[in-house]
Amino acid sequence: MSSLRIAVCVKRVPAPGSRINVTADEQSVDAANLGFTTSPHEECAVEAAVQLAEAHGGSATVITLGPPEAEEQLRYAASVGIGSAVLVSAADGLNWDPQRTAAALAAAIESVEARDGSFDVILFGNESADAGGFQVGIRVARALGRPVVNGAKGIDVGDASVTIRRAIDAGFEVYELPRPCVIGVKEGINLPRYPTMKGRLASKKVAVDVIEGLGEPGGQARVRLHRPAEKASSTIVLGHGPEAASAVVDLLAELGVLAL
Amino acid sequence: MSANEVIVIIEHDRGTIASGSLEALTAARALGVDVVAAVCGGTDSLAAACAGCGASVVVDLVHPLLADYNPQAWGEAVAQLVTERAPAAVVACGTERGNETLAHAAASLDLPMVANVLRLDGSGGASWALTRVQWGGSLLEDVTLNAPVKLVSISHHAVEMQPLAVAEQRVTFVPVLEDALASGIVRDRVVRESGVTLTTAPVVVGGGRGVGSPEGFAPLEELASLLGGVVGCSRAVTNNGWRNHTDQVGQTGTRIAPDIYFACGISGAIQHWVGAMASKKILAINTDKDANMVTRADYAVIGDLHQVIPAISEEIRRRRNA
Repeated sequence: MSSLRIAVCVKRVPAPGSRINVTADEQSVDAANLGFTTSPHEECAVEAAVQLAEAHGGSATVITLGPPEAEEQLRYAASVGIGSAVLVSAADGLNWDPQRTAAALAAAIESVEARDGSFDVILFGNESADAGGFQVGIRVARALGRPVVNGAKGIDVGDASVTIRRAIDAGFEVYELPRPCVIGVKEGINLPRYPTMKGRLASKKVAVDVIEGLGEPGGQARVRLHRPAEKASSTIVLGHGPEAASAVVDLLAELGVLAL
Repeated sequence: MSANEVIVIIEHDRGTIASGSLEALTAARALGVDVVAAVCGGTDSLAAACAGCGASVVVDLVHPLLADYNPQAWGEAVAQLVTERAPAAVVACGTERGNETLAHAAASLDLPMVANVLRLDGSGGASWALTRVQWGGSLLEDVTLNAPVKLVSISHHAVEMQPLAVAEQRVTFVPVLEDALASGIVRDRVVRESGVTLTTAPVVVGGGRGVGSPEGFAPLEELASLLGGVVGCSRAVTNNGWRNHTDQVGQTGTRIAPDIYFACGISGAIQHWVGAMASKKILAINTDKDANMVTRADYAVIGDLHQVIPAISEEIRRRRNA
């Protein structure tokens, strides 16, 4: 069997600190003072793609739908070992709904596959850190006519099939999908590596293939973003340093969690 | 189109109805139309559980490929039921399986799906106004949903289950499923030993970057064990490789709801906060009195966790021996 071809789809999201602010027009997260990153589940999907490509002697391609700035997330993926990159340009704004996003990604994947050959495995993050629509990976899989399982905490690629482990409350369950297939990855499947200096330099040379994002708007449309009402917090300071221990244990007794 | 009913997707663990599905049934009643429960692998007791929460019709979806959980087959079966019954809406709970099944149904029907809304109301109409959760609950998004059938999941724990006993009509629906869908069924399950877990523990002692090292968790383990609780950690800790990801509390880890959460040396990034905010009480232990975790907590001790936590454990032992 020829070498494994893997694609991994990622999303550029703001890296918020302790609070998220919204822009004055209420249409997006105010990122004026924020950096950007890749959604956490997708960082792990990128690591999984690199590990699979290393283990099977294959190649991995990172794909994102986003503004031109999302090239930063493509280069980051390249710096940890992904060999090629595709930017599906969403030039007309960030508020792409899930149906439109999935349609544009599926079309872009089809055009890459028509040119370079089919992907054996396409990885997504289980859900994006920001919008959390829980559907784009599944819609892309269905548009491509491939089986899909979400929540993957373990992936084992065989010659004809892929075994996927997924966490449930009491343990985990196992799925076995035929190749080619689509998998939604969850954080915890691996510990993503950090880029090396050599990786950073190499990532600058990776060509970014730009494909225009095509897709009709779907039935879900944003009206506005807002912060949930917060309960007025007034923290009771029980004390300073080890001397506070007695007050803490009094509190535990009051809450009924201190069985004496 | 018959807009006189709403179909609710029922999740169950081999016969025991999921708490989220009871929340979904409760939320769906707010639409003011008949509630139809769609059950794959149904039993008499599942039908009774649905009728006890307001479902006046229980549809058993019957097919060998639905015998165990199979995301695409479940979604396709629901899609065919939608085509058959033409409901106003399909509602699921925003759990892993609920969102996954609904997304498959949405893909089969080529309809939009709005995930993790906070509530439904009976205002109806061609376009629905909904509020959904973003960033794990740190941000809300108001959206409009335009579709002939509205597919919506309800954010888990956003609606409190309210029982409502009704007489149910039980019917069977046999979907037509391709053999290829056999590949999506659960092949095997591995169940860990039972015991207190992050989701069930009455006390969680969480450590962050301030713990400093894997060994630094020993006093947290001791305090947790004295209180019959477990240790949790922030994403910074798992990213440093100090603890396993199964201990991570947060948006991409486990959401906890203990009686008390000790947040030790944790700054309180939103990723962590959204996983901890359902705790009944939060006690932050931090050297920085202005840390976000401290200012949002119910209680705080300002100080070095490496001194404060052993002192708490010592005080517990002292009182127990008194």
